[in-house]
Amino acid sequence: MIRKPLRPLARIFSARSLGEDSNLIEHANRRERVEIEYERILRKTQRRLIMMGGIFIISFGIVGMRMTALAVSEPSEPKARATASHVLASRADIIDRNKRILATNIETHSLYAHPQQVIDPAATARQLSKIFPDINAIEMEARLSGANKFLWLKSAISPEEKQAVHDIGDPGLLFGAREMRLYPNGQLAGHILGGTTFGEQGVHSAEVLGVAGVEKAFDDFLRDPKLNGKPLQLSIDLSVQSALERVLYGGMRLMNAKAASAVLMEVHTGEILALSSLPDFDPNNRPHMLTEGDQADDPLFNRAVQGVYELGSVFKTFAVAQAMELGLVAADTMIDTKRFRWGKYSIKDFKNYGPELTVEKVLVKSSNVGTARLSQMIGDENQKTFLNKLGLLAATSIELVEGPTGKPQYPSNWSEISTMTISYGHGISTSPVHLAAAYSAIVNGGTLVKPTVVKQTVPHIGERIISQKVSMRMRSILRHVVTEGTASYGEVPGYSVAGKTGTADKPSIHGGYQKDKVLATFASFFPSNDPKYVLILTLDEPEDRTQSKPRRTAGWTAVPVAAEMIRRVAPLLGLAPEIEISPQNGLTLANN
Amino acid sequence: MKNLFLGCLVVTVMGLAFWAYTENYATKNALDEIAQLNEDIVLAHSRLRVLNAEWAYLNRPDRLLQLVNANFDDLRLLQLTSDHFARLEQIPYPGPDLGPITEPIEVMNRAKSP
Repeated sequence: MIRKPLRPLARIFSARSLGEDSNLIEHANRRERVEIEYERILRKTQRRLIMMGGIFIISFGIVGMRMTALAVSEPSEPKARATASHVLASRADIIDRNKRILATNIETHSLYAHPQQVIDPAATARQLSKIFPDINAIEMEARLSGANKFLWLKSAISPEEKQAVHDIGDPGLLFGAREMRLYPNGQLAGHILGGTTFGEQGVHSAEVLGVAGVEKAFDDFLRDPKLNGKPLQLSIDLSVQSALERVLYGGMRLMNAKAASAVLMEVHTGEILALSSLPDFDPNNRPHMLTEGDQADDPLFNRAVQGVYELGSVFKTFAVAQAMELGLVAADTMIDTKRFRWGKYSIKDFKNYGPELTVEKVLVKSSNVGTARLSQMIGDENQKTFLNKLGLLAATSIELVEGPTGKPQYPSNWSEISTMTISYGHGISTSPVHLAAAYSAIVNGGTLVKPTVVKQTVPHIGERIISQKVSMRMRSILRHVVTEGTASYGEVPGYSVAGKTGTADKPSIHGGYQKDKVLATFASFFPSNDPKYVLILTLDEPEDRTQSKPRRTAGWTAVPVAAEMIRRVAPLLGLAPEIEISPQNGLTLANN
Repeated sequence: MKNLFLGCLVVTVMGLAFWAYTENYATKNALDEIAQLNEDIVLAHSRLRVLNAEWAYLNRPDRLLQLVNANFDDLRLLQLTSDHFARLEQIPYPGPDLGPITEPIEVMNRAKSP
């Protein structure tokens, strides 16, 4: 642009010639220049303001549209944060010590109804009752015709049932996704596993909650999403559990017992390899609690853990072990076994064993009098302390929700007569699991073990209860109970079985004891020279009727069943028998 | 110079915008792929669970025992007992190695010859 000069010579000269002031021309031009510059700045500023306004409008418009879009959209997790952990969040499996499945989940469906959408309530109800026999057609018709807008029909149905309901073709019947707990082995280890139920239920999913056994005890562990579905590994061996249950059931039937229980425990770790209580139940279809009759007959009642019983002579082992540990007697010390009276009580034996027996024979012959004499030497305080250290006076720490309910019962006033009767297992009630842990401590070298159903990864050496020497002596004495004492039917070729029998009269609800109803127990361990496993077997009201006079003592009832159990189970545990070497044996001949 | 600088800036912004655009869609594709993979994982886990449950159900000890009894004539499987264990001394030591055959004698053809 060509700028206009402030003092144009032509105008200056003409003004001078006319005698006018030439400075006025310059001022006018200068003013014009300023006005032009002002207008230029004004336009530039206006443009900038318009641009700024436009940017603000566009920016706020974008923010406003984004906010509207967020407000009307469904909230969801950012995709980039979604990891695989979300897809695995379901109740964890339960596996045995060899990683075989004991409990898992399967996807199934729930069935619900929207009654106002049901076209033909009568026909639908009729067809539903054909598929599900527990549905009453008349009641269902009334419910489907009611004013309800939503109705749960079944919490979990099988794929076949789903197809059958689908085939009814009624639009008012709807399915929701469900995850159902499955116990593929059926009744096996039912008491250990317990069972589950549905908690909070929605149309799309439902909470699966443990109701008993390890399912309830480890409910938080099994449902913890942080663990990413890590399975719970139990100490149970499925094959051993199966064999044990089979033999126990057969033995219970053979001995005409009304119930039975068995506990197989590893002596050094306290791991329970098999535990059974009969009658039992299928955790897939957990029965309702017994509301009438004797609660002890309820299949849900775990006799091995919850049932506390006077177990009888199996307790003599503890009196003898303690007396030897305190240095009061040796195995060959003679003990007075003549019957005697204490106040109004008479202490006597099953039969007369003569005026005195050695300590070893007291246990082998199972002398009540001899054990009572030993308990007098031990004293009530010492006995109570010892039994407490063995864990026989408190509930076990076993990881089943029923564990704390198996609390031992003993007299609040531990008098001298109580000391005597408790020494031979009367006046104190404990569970078979208590007994298994206590026997493990006596024979494993003398250290305490805590019963557990969870597989242990590191060895725990418990508190010392008795010395190694006394423990070894007890093993040999208890072996003699089998070779020459009350448990002679307990001999299993190849597996040097040792143990102690106990036959306790069952208490009557009217007070006192019942004459013809007993609880027969065999507390055994094997092999006796280096014990690996303890087996406690209990039969409730057994009766061997093969002879003219029924036989009920443990030596005739519980011992043969336990022997068969060991014969069956020991090879499965990988326990090699002690084999006699003969010059001519099958294997060598087969080679020839 | 200023115009050249502004021109470069515009080209750069356009380039970056194009890069951001392609990256955005690549990310969205990757996220969709992850979502699809997660769905596949869920389905695979579900299948695996069913297969494991079925395997456990088919191998339950009761059923195996029934199968063993039903097929006893063919398989002759017996319960593991203490008789099935042997000591190492009871297994015969392997015999001496016969060594390689250096002078083979043909017998099959010879027998057939007249």
